[in-house]
Amino acid sequence: MAMSAAGKRRAVTGLLVAPAAAWLVVFLVLPFIAIVVFSLGERAPEGGYQPALTLAQYMNLPARAAAFWNTLVLAPIGALACLVVAYPVAYYLAVKADPRWRLLLVSLVVVPFWTSLLVRTYAWMYILGSRGIPNLLTLVGIEDVRLLNTPFAVLVGIVYGYLPLMIMPIYVSLEKLDRRLLEASADLGARPVSTFLGVTLPLSMPGVMTGVALVTILLLGEYLIPQLLGGGKVFFIGNALVDLFLQSRNWPFGSAIAVTLVLVVVVVLLGAMRLAYRVAGTRQVDLV
Amino acid sequence: MTATHPNDIEFRRVVKRYGAVTAVTGIDLAVPRGAFVALLGPSGCGKTTCLRMIGGFEQPSEGEVLIRGEAMTGVPPYRRPVNMVFQHYALFPHLDVSANVAYGLKQMRPRIETGEIARRVAEALEMVRLDGFGGRRIHELSGGQQQRVALARALVNRPAVLLLDEPLAALDKKLRTAMQIELQSLQRNLGITFVLVTHDQEEALSMSDLVCVMNAGRIVQMATPREIYDRPADLFVADFVGKTNILDASVVASGRARLADGSMVAVAPSDRVGAATVAIRPEAIRLARKAAGDLTGTVTNRIFLGATAEYAVRVPGVGDLLVTADHHATSKSDLIEPGEAVALTFDPGAALVFPARSSA
Repeated sequence: MAMSAAGKRRAVTGLLVAPAAAWLVVFLVLPFIAIVVFSLGERAPEGGYQPALTLAQYMNLPARAAAFWNTLVLAPIGALACLVVAYPVAYYLAVKADPRWRLLLVSLVVVPFWTSLLVRTYAWMYILGSRGIPNLLTLVGIEDVRLLNTPFAVLVGIVYGYLPLMIMPIYVSLEKLDRRLLEASADLGARPVSTFLGVTLPLSMPGVMTGVALVTILLLGEYLIPQLLGGGKVFFIGNALVDLFLQSRNWPFGSAIAVTLVLVVVVVLLGAMRLAYRVAGTRQVDLV
Repeated sequence: MTATHPNDIEFRRVVKRYGAVTAVTGIDLAVPRGAFVALLGPSGCGKTTCLRMIGGFEQPSEGEVLIRGEAMTGVPPYRRPVNMVFQHYALFPHLDVSANVAYGLKQMRPRIETGEIARRVAEALEMVRLDGFGGRRIHELSGGQQQRVALARALVNRPAVLLLDEPLAALDKKLRTAMQIELQSLQRNLGITFVLVTHDQEEALSMSDLVCVMNAGRIVQMATPREIYDRPADLFVADFVGKTNILDASVVASGRARLADGSMVAVAPSDRVGAATVAIRPEAIRLARKAAGDLTGTVTNRIFLGATAEYAVRVPGVGDLLVTADHHATSKSDLIEPGEAVALTFDPGAALVFPARSSA
């Protein structure tokens, strides 16, 4: 049977999209439907799931408010802390570093990825633990400093672990930056700070946005760093889920938390995008 | 700022070295107020380095650059009263046309009122005939329009000197000619000193009041376009600016020289006697249809150019000469055909005498 050109094009598109679509349906959509169904059920007496149609699990959410609070506060703060540390590094690598050394320096940023995050986070347990920095502080007379198992320790771990993911997109956008634009800005009377704020920063915003979104989204599901450096005191939603599914075997409640997290993420992302558009919009309007 | 200083730009023994390479070799230069000066030379002659030293993007290794009588040593680009039109315009892609033009005004302290900025931006856009384009994005503009935005962005700041780095190189021929006229009339109307860098001799001659020919990091000659063309300082200038026939000769007396084939020709008076090089423009040679005369040859090729025709004439023992003839001036019939024998005469005083070329 002869196929029209449009039909053929649609068939090709379908073939190209099919593997990804199948993957998403099997491993994302179906499990998510299962989770939604679970969240409306009850915990079986021996643990697990037992069918029901109740919102009881959602009513119980405040019991885990701390996990939500920690995640929704520490994930964005962690991403912003990453940004603050990463931008100067990316700027140095892309703008200031000697081109001969640039490749080597950039690969140094990536090298930590060759070792397991678990091992590196354990190292931080030791550094922040009582035999690490607090021990050194006692030598200079500062006693009783607790670093491990605090939000600060979790934040340190987050910045350390996610830094390369923030540096790379910013580095790429700064590296693409046309140096002649910086000369043009200086030529037009802009001091270095004004050139940075008026040209460099706006033109690197795509990298900044990518980095912040990437790190924030990954952090919302973070489990390892709060587990090791937060020590059960600073726990994320990821830790609450592990606890509910594997320890107390309260699948419906775990499911309700998971569904709520997804909804919160969607709302947060939509809000952030809206804000970003508005900021970009006002910048344009302001300059006209 | 000493407003009465006669020169907008001065170079005093300026040297610029990059490692072992010397790009500029001890240049002295004075650009008078309100002049349109072209720095002309082949690529690598140091002309762009000179422009960048005026802009403040490069610092001289030795000597100093003065703008309106003030030494600029250690003064960064953002404190210099000059603006540059960059070779590829370097317009800000994240800003629209108005914001690009307003950029310099917004940097000024004390701050300029928003209404005043908008007024001056509109005025500048009108000046480059881009009124109504203020809201456009840079990538929506054609090359010629981007060129004019770059001009407006620089001129809106009313700089003491406008620097132009090969501003027309990226435009097609027709647009380039139109922009040459536009630049020239802008300069006349505004009275701002323009310093233009170009490797295009036609562009330099047609637009500027003064041409500064550079070669190998030195200024070879600085003069009016007419002088540069009629009285080149040396063989390099004669050869680089316009078309020239360069012939080995021996000067027997002032105004008389013998070419390699033994024929005698009239040359410009000179003190030099003996081996020399003679340069003559193609339009300063007359052709006559006869086989007799001091200097004779055969037409090997003709290019008809409308008002004129270009002939290649082979002179045994001397070589190929290029001759441009206004075709009504040649005797009898208008055009000489390839293969015809001709006699050549030099316009008196038009053949310039230079030192003999080294054996190379």
